[in-house]
Amino acid sequence: MSEPVTPTRLIVSSDSILRLPRHIKLRHDAGRGRWIILAPERVFEPDETSVEVLKLCDGERTVGAIALQLAEQYQAPVDVITTDVIEMLQDLADKGVLK
Amino acid sequence: MSESTVLETKTGEFVAEVDPSCARAPVGLLAELTHRCPLQCPYCSNPVDLERVNTELSTEDWKRVMREAGQLGILQIHLSGGEPTARRDLEDIVEEAAKSGLYTNLITAGVLLKRERLEKLRDLGLDHVQLSIQDVNAENADRIAAYKGGMDKKNDVAKWVKELDMPLTINAPLHRQNIDNLPAIIDYSVKVGAGRLEVAHIQYYAWALKNRAALMPTREAFMKTAEIVNEAKERLKGILVIDFVVPDYYAKYPKPCMGGWGRGIINVTPSGKVLPCHAAESLPGLEFDNVRDRALADIWLNGQAFEKYRGTDWMKEPCRSCPRKEIDFGGCRCQAFALTGDARNTDPACSLSPMHEEWAAKATEESHTTDVPEFIYRRMGAAAATSTD
Repeated sequence: MSEPVTPTRLIVSSDSILRLPRHIKLRHDAGRGRWIILAPERVFEPDETSVEVLKLCDGERTVGAIALQLAEQYQAPVDVITTDVIEMLQDLADKGVLK
Repeated sequence: MSESTVLETKTGEFVAEVDPSCARAPVGLLAELTHRCPLQCPYCSNPVDLERVNTELSTEDWKRVMREAGQLGILQIHLSGGEPTARRDLEDIVEEAAKSGLYTNLITAGVLLKRERLEKLRDLGLDHVQLSIQDVNAENADRIAAYKGGMDKKNDVAKWVKELDMPLTINAPLHRQNIDNLPAIIDYSVKVGAGRLEVAHIQYYAWALKNRAALMPTREAFMKTAEIVNEAKERLKGILVIDFVVPDYYAKYPKPCMGGWGRGIINVTPSGKVLPCHAAESLPGLEFDNVRDRALADIWLNGQAFEKYRGTDWMKEPCRSCPRKEIDFGGCRCQAFALTGDARNTDPACSLSPMHEEWAAKATEESHTTDVPEFIYRRMGAAAATSTD
């Protein structure tokens, strides 16, 4: 056995910098006219907003910066957007879609 | 058992969280590359009449299947067997699948793999490895698989998968002869760095049906596994995704077998026969097309075997008027046929089936037997059935 490494849950905050691991594929499914996330033995169908957020998870921007950008784009209160984005990303992180 | 309805269960082997209205094309293709396997697990999901090596599709055939699958809109390819690594051309098949835009999943027992080969497969586009274990107790695992030293090799494979930075699923089929080790199986999965664990109670078809009395856990033992899994899911949130497949003998409603016949999954056998489910050959009156003769899309859309039980028009009562008919699709056609003689009957796993009580009672009786029979191991000819090839 390899030396034990204790894995921990990724907790998403506005300081988190996230990206999709290599084995997670955000892809447009042309045949069905939708976006999909391909994951081990799973296909997720993210909604429009999630797709937009995921495209911004580039391993450089913080979650806070992503929320700010969206808040400006949609002229929405940044604290509300931040809460929503964190909740959405936490759910995806728990499904193994982000790192 | 009302509690079973509150369990979060994943009842298909391959779970697709998609809008069913979009799913005109199958989401997944189960490619049984070969029925050869060094292991002899007595619950193998392969048919009892195993296909022989001289009937297997060629490399070019499989590559064409991969291209056709991509064009049809299939998203994921599950490279299975038998043991898929027994095919020397696995690399070619993986490469073509990846080029065709398919998400590639290797379902392996691991014992034939070498690190170099795994690395090569990864570099050719393999996305994910699902490694089966028979137990965490090496001696018991090797006994169940009838393969000495299997556990040691699996430990190596799990280690290599992580070293190569690939995602790992541990698949642990559960039954009365390993059920007490579930907590250790969960710990093992975390320890080897798996992101996902499939705890799959055996489904009793084919080989498993022959071995049912040796495998069936008691209802109490099953309920305990449900508790253990629910606790672990909560505790390991964000660390290990656990999918739990329940034994339908102890369920109130049947599982939506294959997510519905001809609805989400397509299966190609080693010799190229295209099936709506891997056990479909046990049913009478179905004509199976072969990828050697007909395009995959045409078979999927128009093949007689796919049309036969697709949708709900074929149903009899109590399914026909049941509000759940598009939730579970009347359960498993193969199980309905094997136990009632008519594939259109409700799967006896359903509490609304007239046969349910009798059938569940038989399982309960077998699960309590103290005179546990020896395994009938999965091997060519072991079923004493006449081979069709």
